[in-house]
Amino acid sequence: MNEARELIRVEGVSFQYDSIPVLEEVSFSIARGDFMAILGPNGSGKTTLVKLILGLFRPTKGRVLLLGKSVEEFRAWFKIGYVPQKATHIDPFFPASAREVVAMALLSGPHVAGRGKKEEDEAVTLALERVGMAAFRNRPIGSLSGGQQQRVIIARAIVNAPELLFLDEPTAGVDAATQGLFYEMLHRLNKDQRITIILVTHDIGIVNKHVTKVACLNQRLVFHGTHAEFCQSEAFKTMLASGHLVSHTH
Amino acid sequence: MEAFFGYGFFQRALLAGLFVAIACAILGVFLILRRDAMIGHGLAHVTFGGVALGLFLNVLPLGAALVVAILASLAIMNLKERAGLHGDTAIGIFSSVGMALGIALATLAGRFNADLLSYLFGDILAIDALEVGLSTVLAAVVIIAILANYRRLMYLTFDREAAKASGVKTAHLDVLLAILTSVTVVLGMKVVGILLVTALLVIPAAAGLLLAVSFKQALLFSSLVASLSVVFGLLAAFYLDLPASATVVLFSFLLFVVFFLLRRKKLS
Repeated sequence: MNEARELIRVEGVSFQYDSIPVLEEVSFSIARGDFMAILGPNGSGKTTLVKLILGLFRPTKGRVLLLGKSVEEFRAWFKIGYVPQKATHIDPFFPASAREVVAMALLSGPHVAGRGKKEEDEAVTLALERVGMAAFRNRPIGSLSGGQQQRVIIARAIVNAPELLFLDEPTAGVDAATQGLFYEMLHRLNKDQRITIILVTHDIGIVNKHVTKVACLNQRLVFHGTHAEFCQSEAFKTMLASGHLVSHTH
Repeated sequence: MEAFFGYGFFQRALLAGLFVAIACAILGVFLILRRDAMIGHGLAHVTFGGVALGLFLNVLPLGAALVVAILASLAIMNLKERAGLHGDTAIGIFSSVGMALGIALATLAGRFNADLLSYLFGDILAIDALEVGLSTVLAAVVIIAILANYRRLMYLTFDREAAKASGVKTAHLDVLLAILTSVTVVLGMKVVGILLVTALLVIPAAAGLLLAVSFKQALLFSSLVASLSVVFGLLAAFYLDLPASATVVLFSFLLFVVFFLLRRKKLS
């Protein structure tokens, strides 16, 4: 694979938590423009893998390269957008406007240094427009619905025009109609803005409709390939049979 | 009233009181949102031990209290992280030990007297020029440190994990907040005393949070409540011949009630 196209490389990564193995010998790579789903049963290490890639955990073995750099040395965090699990479990009394929530991520990067209020406002407005939330910029985040909060959190994740966007079960607890709109928006970010997306999900409906690559975990990497290959794989059949995949109508 | 503002002791109390109360209010917003509101209460008890240590060793009690409070706040933070204890448990342990240490040392020093009582209940109208200078400068440092790290602290408070993934040094900010809280508690001790310092950290910030629709508003409203509490609290203390620590805190509660009623009206 062309190095310039490879944004993430995970090499022989293992991770233990309190001596309990969570991930073992996981290796794969993600290329620019991919829309990758990370699938697996509960406790299979999906969230842990994302946190290892983001440097939030340190692997007990192996290494992670982010945009060609070891994650320990990686400093260009503005190129990464992240929507954590339960990101919309927001304190309803937190006194931040949607604008302030998005602006939180304007912290680093050469294009941020020296940025004035006007440029900041433009960046925030653009991010909110992309998720259809510009009209809500001055509303307190706690007063928005779950779906709207989720869009604001996505706007925060894309305000720095990232190359990579990580989303960890972003639609948990959101109704099916809102989920549909949400994934259409992600699809546009991937196709129009060329943002590479890594999505942790249980939803096979999403995988079938939007995803181009699949990584399937169960402590070890049990499958890695294109969506078409996944649909023909043993991993797919096993997961479907064991009820680890759900399908919502979008 | 104009003549009253001309008194040197009042000017000193007002200047130090305003700076310290605003520092408490701004810091309080972050502490409340981090569910750490009671750390001020715990550190205030630890500070009692620090003051008693100062009196026992015959060194500046404010300095001794500052060192002890900073060490205790870092220890509370470590105990939470490394022993897996809940924050209130770690605070409970250190506040009790600090108080016990204070009682033992003050008794050994034979100075369980007016000196110690002035720290317990505060005595801002008796504050001297050196203490005004020290309190004002330290409070200004606290305010500047918070405002300089405003966005990072807000991000950390709102979404710790995402902040960390954005490159925010969350552990450094935790230490910064612990130190700033210790400094603020020690300063607040001079204004309202050890027993009421939590009020300065919690009540104005809680009032500000009731009406704020943005983080900036929360900081502004909290600072406003803190400032008005100091001004009217000092005036009431003078005219009603009451301890300033009590009147400042009671005024802040009065303003909290007003903000609470305004919020109810707004929601209805």
